[in-house]
Amino acid sequence: MALDVAVIRFPGTNCEFDVVEAVGALGAVGRIVFHDESSLGAADAVVVAGGFAHGDYLRPGAIARFSPVMAAVAEFAAAGGPVVGICNGFQVLTEAHLLPGALQKNAGLKFRCGSSRLRVETTDSVLTSAASVGDVLDIPINHFEGNYTCSPETLAELRDQDRIVVRYVDNPNGSVDDIAGICNEGRNVVGLMPHPERACNELLGSADGVVMMSSLLAAAGAVTPRG
Amino acid sequence: MTFDVVVEVRLRPGIADPQGATIERALPALGFEGVTGVGVGKSIRCTVDAADEAAARVLVADMCDRFLTNPVIEDAEITLHAAAAAG
Repeated sequence: MALDVAVIRFPGTNCEFDVVEAVGALGAVGRIVFHDESSLGAADAVVVAGGFAHGDYLRPGAIARFSPVMAAVAEFAAAGGPVVGICNGFQVLTEAHLLPGALQKNAGLKFRCGSSRLRVETTDSVLTSAASVGDVLDIPINHFEGNYTCSPETLAELRDQDRIVVRYVDNPNGSVDDIAGICNEGRNVVGLMPHPERACNELLGSADGVVMMSSLLAAAGAVTPRG
Repeated sequence: MTFDVVVEVRLRPGIADPQGATIERALPALGFEGVTGVGVGKSIRCTVDAADEAAARVLVADMCDRFLTNPVIEDAEITLHAAAAAG
């Protein structure tokens, strides 16, 4: 049976079908789960997709975090299930306290949209297990509030615990320590601003996202093996 | 009792303020010299019904902590006073 990936959709989410396509091309089934659902069903992995949940009103993710589905996502994460938040999904995960820190407006107030190069900093995460440390991946970015910030204590913790998953080769947004993505202590929750789901086919300019989505599916299969 | 509330949300000291920095850089270009320390926040106004001022403050402070601010990067200053009686 194919792996089941719950793709979370809030009002204003706009990358959910890209995620469904990307995991579908790898043999899994992406299943849209709406924000007012209180259950994820039989999910093997969760992707909180990008977009503008609830219009990004107040702060990106500030309202989305109170959606019924987020309680289910928190429960799934606490049980060790693989969860990835992409772009707005990363913002939602920080607001939901599933990941530390916050995402500020980009330095220079520029909306950044284009390809970016990411260096894989650890393979001990559900999004990078199939990559190698030092790999440089070509993954697009598309955000206004991707400037990762956190307290000096949190930054020290992220570094010491090898929880910085990917860094920008050329920092596009002012994020502290060039951080593009981080993971939680359990390493099963990853948030990143770049969009691996948009880089899963050479026709889209890069297929470097495949190694990330494959890592996620490998984690999905490992956590809940299905017959 | 009814209270008029203004919550001013500001970035915490030491947190980069790209909007403030951009405005500060733009000011001299527009002929406004000698302006420093520009910071941008947001102001949220509301009306609250509560038993007394202390209860209203507790409610608004809780709103700020859990929703109106992101404590990782933001602080809130709460201003609250009894609304003028209608009529």
